[in-house]
Amino acid sequence: MTRDEFENRFFGILKWVSVVFFVVITVFPLIYMIGLSFKPISELLKDPASFLPTWSDITSLDTYREVLRPVEDGGQGFTTFIKNSFIVAVATMIITTGLAILGAYAIARLRFRGSKVVTGMILLVYLFPAVVLAIPLFVLFSKLSLRDSLFGLIIVYLAQTLPVALYMLRSYFQTVPISLEEAGLIDGLSRGGVIRRITLPLSAPAIASVALYVFMIAWNEFLFALLFVVEQRELWTLSLGVNQLNSTEVPLTLLMAGSVIITVPVIILFFVAERFLTEGLAAGGVKG
Amino acid sequence: MSSDTRLASKKKIPTLAQREARLGWLLVTPAVIIVLVLVVFPVVWNIMLSFQRVLVRDLQTVNFLSLDLSLGNYKRVVGVRDFWETLRTTLAYAFFGTILSIAMGMWAALVVKKAFIGRSAVRGLMLFPYIAPVIAVTFLWRIMLNPQFGIVNEWLDAAGVERIDFLGRRSFELGIFGWTLTLPVALTSVIIFEGWRYFPFAFLFLLARLQAMPAELEEAAMVDGATISQRFRYVTMPQMRGVLSVLFLLRFIWTFNKFDDVYLLTGGSAGTEVITVKIVDWLRGRSDIGSAAALSIILAVVLLVLLAIYFKWFYEEEGDGA
Repeated sequence: MTRDEFENRFFGILKWVSVVFFVVITVFPLIYMIGLSFKPISELLKDPASFLPTWSDITSLDTYREVLRPVEDGGQGFTTFIKNSFIVAVATMIITTGLAILGAYAIARLRFRGSKVVTGMILLVYLFPAVVLAIPLFVLFSKLSLRDSLFGLIIVYLAQTLPVALYMLRSYFQTVPISLEEAGLIDGLSRGGVIRRITLPLSAPAIASVALYVFMIAWNEFLFALLFVVEQRELWTLSLGVNQLNSTEVPLTLLMAGSVIITVPVIILFFVAERFLTEGLAAGGVKG
Repeated sequence: MSSDTRLASKKKIPTLAQREARLGWLLVTPAVIIVLVLVVFPVVWNIMLSFQRVLVRDLQTVNFLSLDLSLGNYKRVVGVRDFWETLRTTLAYAFFGTILSIAMGMWAALVVKKAFIGRSAVRGLMLFPYIAPVIAVTFLWRIMLNPQFGIVNEWLDAAGVERIDFLGRRSFELGIFGWTLTLPVALTSVIIFEGWRYFPFAFLFLLARLQAMPAELEEAAMVDGATISQRFRYVTMPQMRGVLSVLFLLRFIWTFNKFDDVYLLTGGSAGTEVITVKIVDWLRGRSDIGSAAALSIILAVVLLVLLAIYFKWFYEEEGDGA
């Protein structure tokens, strides 16, 4: 066997071993999480190796019921957290995407004095550590009584997501052929008309992927929620709700049910829009 | 509207370029204001805070414009016994976490590069660690690695190996040929988590680059009799250098600044305390805003110094290569 033949065979086998490896390390944790979320804790402690629930465990939905039930009825009150997370994530998504469309168009297409400075500033901010911002914002919001409010949280998420969104959309707008826009201008459209009738329709997939990313960042966020709203239970987002389940008094199957609840919307969104997202991610690079 | 204004008196009509500039500023202003107020101003203020003595309990009374500045906060945070260990841990965590995630991402990208049945499904699945909420995956790992009932330890048990407290044990003494090697257990677990969680990011980046490569080069090498490993070493890798260095930079910066992962996995115990966890500890645990600010400035400065070294090294390398 020559070296070439050997390598062809070796890497041919290695490839399939690798596919199996990557599928196992990503899918197994997911199955384990879902399995435990249905299983009664007593069963699990009896035999930790069998993590798959029985059919009756699944249909009873006991753990999920308890997680979603309001605190007054002895549950964990997740319905409120789901609502808060949705409010915060959707509001952030709409405002950030709107502002990013305008700003990104300006820095990608329009010539104005200072546009280079603005672009540079946004790139710099994109790489800036969140922790360094957390302290002064904590003080500022305490002073303005914006701490312990969902509004304050939305403002922080806006600052966290806007640079990413601007950066991603700017790269996309630059790929829209400039001749199309010029044709629109010559045919008598105003700039606003060009943006609305030419640029936006052509960029719809990119805008959708940016919007979904912003939603995901806001939905998944933990640090600022911990710093800003942890003192008021009715303002908690899902991240804080799940964090609360991590205590010795709460069975860990509930913790897993909470984790499934926070993960499912992200996975659904992702599968709905997988193609856009994959491309968008590769193009812009999302902070994480 | 716009065609009407064009007919108005000649002198007052702004030129097309002026109108474009005006519109540009108009469109970009909201974003600029948000970035200035919520990012640039806080950063500058943070520098100020780091020289003042500010505690959470006197937030309402303290005068933030006071020029009573001192290095007290810096002395306090550097004087803590484990400061240097925290710094070392952060560097090890960021460096090895970055390397591992990029290595895994490269491997995954090479595997998925050529089409096969089920490729798009595999590609989609591989993104799960990256898109899932950090809180869900960290707790999931904590349960999987739990020494009493975690599945990983069940498997170790079944294989006849001693159970390991992956996230709670500081170190493990390994004796080889009379040498004792001290392996940091919890830190290694956290780094492996980092590799697992962020390899999809590197994977997407690298896959895009691999697929954009012209096939001719590799075909030519194949005709010349280069084997798979030789083609990878001499044809593919040289073309990946640029994207790999950018990726390293991005991932290193983000891992260096990462807070949630370590905080949620170990809370910073068992030799995994990174600077960001320490900052939040100063802020929430000890309610000392000034010291937290000082430590965050140290974090930013260390990062800047590392970036400066990286760029100097990188550009010199580039110069030699060209």
